Amino acid sequence: MSGEHDAADRAHREAQAERLLAAWRTPTGWRYWSAVNNSEVGAWYTVAAFVFFLFAGVLALLVRVQLAVPSNDFLSADVYNQAFTLHGTVMMFLFAVPIFEAFSILILPQILASRDLPFPRLSAYGFWSFVIGGVFVCGSIFFGAAPDAGWFMYPPLTTDLEQSGIGTDIWLLGLSFIEVASIAAAIELIVGVLKCRPPGMRINFMPLYAWYVLVVGGMILFAFPPLIAGDLLFEMERAFDWPFFDPERGGDPLLWQHLFWIFGHPEVYIIFLPAIALVAMIVPTFAQRPIFGYSWVVLAAVGTGFLSFGLWVHHMYATGLPAISIGFFSAASEAVVIPTGVQIFVFIATLLTGRVIFSTPLLFIAGALAIFLIGGLTGVMVALAPFDWQAHDTYFVVAHLHYVLIGGMLFPIVAGFYYYFPLVTGKKLSDRLGRTAFWLMFSGFNIAFLPMHLTGLRGMPRRVFTYPEGLGWDTLNMVSTVGAFIFAAGILVVLLDVMRPKRRQPYAERNPWNAGTLEWLCEMPGKPWGVRSIPLVTSRYPLWEQANFVRDVDEGRFFLPDAEEGERETLVTSVLDAEGVQCLRVPGPTFLTMAAAVFTGGVFIFATYHWYAATAVSGVLALASIIAWLWTGTAVIPEKDEKHIGHGRTLPLYMSGPRSVGWWAMCITMIGDMTAFFSLVFTYFFFWTVNPSFPPEAAPGPGVLWPAVALAMLIGAWALTTMARRWNARDRVLSLRAGLALAIVLAAASMGALVFGVRGTGLDPTASSYGATVWVLILWLAAHVAVGSVMQAYCIARSMAGKLTGKWDIEIRNVSLYWHFLAFTAAATTAVIALFPLVD
Amino acid sequence: MGLLRVMVVGGAVIAALVGGVAVHAARSNRENQEKLGRALIIGGGVVVPAFALAALLVWSLPMMTAFRAPGDGLRIEVSGEQWWWRVRYWPEGAETPIETANLIVLPAGERTEIVLDSPDVIHSFWIPALAGKVDMIPGRRTRLVVEPQEPAELRGQCAEFCGTSHALMSFPVEVVPAAAFAGWLEREAAHAAAAEPGPAEAGAELFSALGCGGCHNVRGTGADGVIGPDLTHFASRPSIGAGTLPNEPEALRLWLATTGKVKPDVMMPSFGMLGAPELDALIAYLAGLR
Repeated sequence: MSGEHDAADRAHREAQAERLLAAWRTPTGWRYWSAVNNSEVGAWYTVAAFVFFLFAGVLALLVRVQLAVPSNDFLSADVYNQAFTLHGTVMMFLFAVPIFEAFSILILPQILASRDLPFPRLSAYGFWSFVIGGVFVCGSIFFGAAPDAGWFMYPPLTTDLEQSGIGTDIWLLGLSFIEVASIAAAIELIVGVLKCRPPGMRINFMPLYAWYVLVVGGMILFAFPPLIAGDLLFEMERAFDWPFFDPERGGDPLLWQHLFWIFGHPEVYIIFLPAIALVAMIVPTFAQRPIFGYSWVVLAAVGTGFLSFGLWVHHMYATGLPAISIGFFSAASEAVVIPTGVQIFVFIATLLTGRVIFSTPLLFIAGALAIFLIGGLTGVMVALAPFDWQAHDTYFVVAHLHYVLIGGMLFPIVAGFYYYFPLVTGKKLSDRLGRTAFWLMFSGFNIAFLPMHLTGLRGMPRRVFTYPEGLGWDTLNMVSTVGAFIFAAGILVVLLDVMRPKRRQPYAERNPWNAGTLEWLCEMPGKPWGVRSIPLVTSRYPLWEQANFVRDVDEGRFFLPDAEEGERETLVTSVLDAEGVQCLRVPGPTFLTMAAAVFTGGVFIFATYHWYAATAVSGVLALASIIAWLWTGTAVIPEKDEKHIGHGRTLPLYMSGPRSVGWWAMCITMIGDMTAFFSLVFTYFFFWTVNPSFPPEAAPGPGVLWPAVALAMLIGAWALTTMARRWNARDRVLSLRAGLALAIVLAAASMGALVFGVRGTGLDPTASSYGATVWVLILWLAAHVAVGSVMQAYCIARSMAGKLTGKWDIEIRNVSLYWHFLAFTAAATTAVIALFPLVD
Repeated sequence: MGLLRVMVVGGAVIAALVGGVAVHAARSNRENQEKLGRALIIGGGVVVPAFALAALLVWSLPMMTAFRAPGDGLRIEVSGEQWWWRVRYWPEGAETPIETANLIVLPAGERTEIVLDSPDVIHSFWIPALAGKVDMIPGRRTRLVVEPQEPAELRGQCAEFCGTSHALMSFPVEVVPAAAFAGWLEREAAHAAAAEPGPAEAGAELFSALGCGGCHNVRGTGADGVIGPDLTHFASRPSIGAGTLPNEPEALRLWLATTGKVKPDVMMPSFGMLGAPELDALIAYLAGLR
């Protein structure tokens, strides 16, 4: 009897597994590239970021060859300047930040035992955008058209159209495009961590990697928008002569430095913290014990995130700022040592209290620690203004930043490669090659960069394409060049290890490192579904701490072991306690996201060449493909209200409002959007602070009348949108549609009043920084109103198609949330441009 | 610099300690180390760095004011231009400045104020042996004060990337005794020496005929350009092209004939179309501008 029962049970489970596999199967043939599942997109993303890394590495070698001997003519000044600019740009924007997002897309769902991230198509869109933008930026050097003013692009060198050609536009627009993709990925990852954890994984059970993703995602949200706002100002000056950085018309070159470094300093931690996240996953495994001091690490990571926004001025000590502000920023910069030190000592304490197993990943971690420690100590030095005035912009800083980034990022990433490779491919990398690579990289790195400290102290500035002999720099530079090639050889060994055919190598055993976290539930080779069933988690290291855990997962004894309807499903849980709230159906493969990325890329690329007609066409196509993607893939009405997910639990299939992932994504997006808006407001008050005649006496407009009229109408449109949401809840279909239509008309009238009214006052954006700043705020508002109107029109269409009703109301709830932020933007804009000149 | 030495030694000690603790932690397999672990996190991560850094800040930040205290009277205005240095001396009480270029002479033992700006892009003024760098920013005036003690021959250069030939924007610095400085300044204020008869005189005519005076100023002659470096006492400077080449006849020939090759994207046109005798004449003229 029991034997029969077992057989039936087994057959039942096999049928379940087959259905699950069918739902999650990766498309084959040319359709493979339509995949959106995190395991494919994450792998492509990682490979692409690594390819960009190799490209930038080759540029670095060219730079080192040029500097090997004094008065060298291997590269011309022009090519050298492009090479070092592109090296920095690509390493920062196309490798260091994206590799974190790529890696996280790849492994975060596994770490959370989730089947996928909440918006797989958004990841795919971000990936294709990244590749297109990256190829565009990198390719420029083959046409001699690469940016050539250093990766921080200081104006006025870069706003001078004769000295900085198309390369600067490629930098501004190409990278803005990539930054948008980065923010998209950050939103996806934040929502993933907050809402897609397995049931029972309360926030204090979260694996440390997830904590770091949360912190870094938040930082991206607040750090990238100022740069995007800066890029906007920059491109307006280059393309339309709006004088934000031109001192002769009331602009200020330092404004860019502030906006750039408000981004640029957190950027360093955005790069560094994810690498520490890898360390926080790897160290406990090889110490064979839980992390020692979980709360300390979490507090330190959050603290680092906060502090990193208060340090940007330490990149600007030499600009002649007042001593009092320099003192403040010196102290703040030193303070970041404390949370960083806490994290390092937590890892040391974990090793101390555990039984350490030596391995290749741990070797790379040890190397990372050694290198980063030196980078951190020189960081303490350059944070002190009196010392920084010597070291700033010299090879000392070049050495410092490479110690920080290579120790704090590259070595942990390689450790992560060796650690997680079996998770992705089912096979281990070679220990022998790994050790060879380590010693080449470690020794090569120190031979290359340790002497640079001295080169810098002896007065060699960075970014020089050549130097005269006899200044004490010759031997040091030769040594650095030799070291760089040894380092490169180490990278090459890693590459060989990854690329070598492994067909005959057996699959690794399951959980090869005997780790305790959920990603190691993965079978070797992995299955596209991720986990056989989504477990109930009651501890931080379930594989170590929960009895029969792997068996129960494999036998489908936890949640969602089946895909009865052939849909891709994953669980959405509550933010703090991870109680199940929804069974989320995620969309499957599509080429729409690729098309949307291609056309969005077209907008940026055509705009670079001032082909505005093509830009407009591409924009329309991008909008069309995004709408098609939303229409077919989001807010799909399920065939039933709820479903059993196992263990006698039932969860709804459709969810809107604050408990849904879409609402969270909108809210988080708008927080990022607000940050960009505040950067523009900052611009206004920055000018007001530094410039005694801002607003200039003679400036006409914008006046109070037209901005006030516009605001009144826009508030009307917002009120109608809010009402429309309520009408919809009561299924008053006609009111909903009429209300939204009226809102669109009002919004258009409002923007008409604002633009034509202010134009009528004669306020000229090219005449002064004042006009330019007021107009850029208006432009920002108008663009947001346009997007808001498209959303309203989309809701009307969804309602008419019967896809938006009182019960199925995701669209209108998210759109009305957008309009809350929009109403705030409008009110704040009006207060700044119309009312502030009155009180001043 | 005491600060550097303290930081390097301190840094090395900290690195060795942390490294040692880490190695010990990885090797040790003793049980019940939790107390020690907690002590490490709190002590190593919080307490020790807090005190060490506070001490470092309290000690080092007051050093900043020394670089910015007022000077003794002499003021030099330096303007960074792509890719050379316009230098104006304002002795105490002077109403007009004495202009020169690409050379800075400083009196030893005195505090000299240097006021910095730029008409084109951001540069950074740096004499490593004397003081930290200060940026030269269009639309702003920044300043620093130097107080060289001993006579010396030094080198300064631009430290902020400023375009194609940023690497070729340096300048010689001569620190001389105060008395010698007064003599130098007096000579520098004088008009240019008249060209000697012979090739130099021919060179002077050529200089005028080629329109060199449209950009360069040679005081006391018809050349009164303000775009490029003042050449009134060109021959007394040790280098050509803002530290690009030594000021020797052969180097000057190379400079005049292949300017844009020696210094990419420089504003000065090349005079490679001139024959050897004409170049000789120009060189003779310039070499006479003591």
